Amino acid sequence: MTDEMVRADNVHKSFGSLEVLKGVDLAVRPGEVCCVLGPSGSGKSTFLRCINHLEKVNAGRIFVDGQLMGYRERGGKLHELGEKDVAKQRQSIGMVFQRFNLFPHMTVLQNVMEAPCRVKGENKSEVRDRALSLLERVGLGAKVDNYPAQLSGGQQQRVAIARALAMRPKLMLFDEPTSALDPELVGEVLDTMKGLAQDGMTMIVVTHEIGFAREVGDNLIFMDGGVVVEQGPPRDVISNPQHERTRAFLSKVL
Amino acid sequence: MRRPGRWVALGVIAILVAMFVHLLVTNDRFRWSFIFLEYQDGKRGVMFTEPVLEGLRGTILLTLTSMAIGIGLGVVIAIMRLSTNRILSSVAFVYTWFFRAVPRLVLAVLFGNLNILWERVGFGLPFGTQIGKLFGLDGFDGQFYSIKASDLLAGFVAGMLALGLSEAAYMAEIVRAGIQSIDPGQSEAAVALGMSRGKVLRRIVLPQAMRVIVPPTGNEIIAMVKDTSLVAFVPVTFELWFQLTQVSARTFVVLPVIVAALIWYLILCTVLMIAQFFVERHFSKGYGSAGKAKQRLRNIQAEQGGRFSGTGESG
Ligand SMILES: Nc1ncnc2c1ncn2[C@@H]1O[C@H](COP(=O)(O)OP(=O)(O)O)[C@@H](O)[C@H]1O
Ligand SMILES: [Mg+2]
Repeated sequence: MTDEMVRADNVHKSFGSLEVLKGVDLAVRPGEVCCVLGPSGSGKSTFLRCINHLEKVNAGRIFVDGQLMGYRERGGKLHELGEKDVAKQRQSIGMVFQRFNLFPHMTVLQNVMEAPCRVKGENKSEVRDRALSLLERVGLGAKVDNYPAQLSGGQQQRVAIARALAMRPKLMLFDEPTSALDPELVGEVLDTMKGLAQDGMTMIVVTHEIGFAREVGDNLIFMDGGVVVEQGPPRDVISNPQHERTRAFLSKVL
Repeated sequence: MRRPGRWVALGVIAILVAMFVHLLVTNDRFRWSFIFLEYQDGKRGVMFTEPVLEGLRGTILLTLTSMAIGIGLGVVIAIMRLSTNRILSSVAFVYTWFFRAVPRLVLAVLFGNLNILWERVGFGLPFGTQIGKLFGLDGFDGQFYSIKASDLLAGFVAGMLALGLSEAAYMAEIVRAGIQSIDPGQSEAAVALGMSRGKVLRRIVLPQAMRVIVPPTGNEIIAMVKDTSLVAFVPVTFELWFQLTQVSARTFVVLPVIVAALIWYLILCTVLMIAQFFVERHFSKGYGSAGKAKQRLRNIQAEQGGRFSGTGESG
């Protein structure tokens, strides 16, 4: 239907009088890994949250796999979709948060099985097999009956990735997935994400891990003050930034 | 002796306990046989006579039904209160304001007398009779179903409604605090997985909020066991305290009857506290002490700038 998995056109978002996104454009092809870089407060999280309609955009459009997110276009006018339809759209978009947000009252396995069973109503034993193999894949086959509080941060984040994958998403959004981790636990999460990229998952990754962006990213976007300042192949942007703001930011994180 | 203070305290307490037991055992005025064995010729002890047991059943039934109303309605009001819909949240606010402001005793008496307002209670058109007159229909009252008010609001139902509706206001506040104590990241993660708002509430938020909700709810149930004695003013006779005071009135025995009541309330509340222990344990799954200790360790090490090296052995 389209050769773009994600397309954002001129996205604007304000909180009250604070304009956080001032016209963001983005295109991500299927199987591509798009890394988003930028100083704190530049609107990276807000933009990710607009993609799965956790935030309503004030202007502009976002398409995921050709579908307009959160709205229906009829006679040139946009009508917001009902809760059910938005929820349906979100099912095919996985999201991983900085602070994991695992469900603490459920075991690791229950965390992964919850959405496929309760949201999609899939067959329980099938979901169970899939959940177990996903947990195996993220290296947590031995922890399925533990509760999140019994896991390290890196393990929790890998469970969160498995939880999102259990819905068989077309697109994965990562919001600083390693920022809350102790340095020695960052590697295991990045390795998991790298494996996912190699398997052809389309990913948008907000991160400060320049090494990951350079190695895994197909495209790098630098955001500042609610606009995309610069974008291109990660190697080029990182080694040869064109804009003063990009240069200033990179000199701080490198 | 290493800790003289401790031994002195122990000695003092031992003497006080001995004095108390001595009082209980040797003072005939407690009339233990009146309480436990036989209070009149050929009758069981006052704790176990038929009217008192009947009253005990009433107290239990009233506690269960009014708490069921209180918890059910309380959850609904809490959700209304947290709704973004201004009308719903204002209705919930006014409800809690009213029922928290009025003493339960006053409420019990008020509900006992509500049948003064209407002869019949039923569902129908508001202003039904007046509308009927407008169209020249004299017999028309617009009622679909109705029963005599003095039947419905007599005794037990009035007491149950007074206690239940008042309880709902307190439960609403408890549930609201519980819901608000949950990290918004939890619902965000659930919504991002495609869950509907109702499912997020039922599957993710409420089960976690239960940890905060259960202990004060236990308090409320225990308080309710005791507050059921207020419905004697409705008046309801199907209740423990009323039945025991009736025995006093007949036999002119006062203290043993009070002690009998005290023992029953102690038994009821002990059973409830044991139940509460198990319910609390159920809802603290995933927050076990092992997990908590580890979390604390991690926080301490993070504060000290150290690194947490434990990978969390399976527990
Ligand atoms: N729900 C909200 N209400 C008000 N302001 C918000 C909200 N979410 C984010 N912001 C503001 O939007 C700006 C961008 O935030 P964010 O997208 O989180 O930036 P980043 O992820 O790049 O650090 C910040 O100034 C933040 O304070
Ligand atoms: Mg952010």
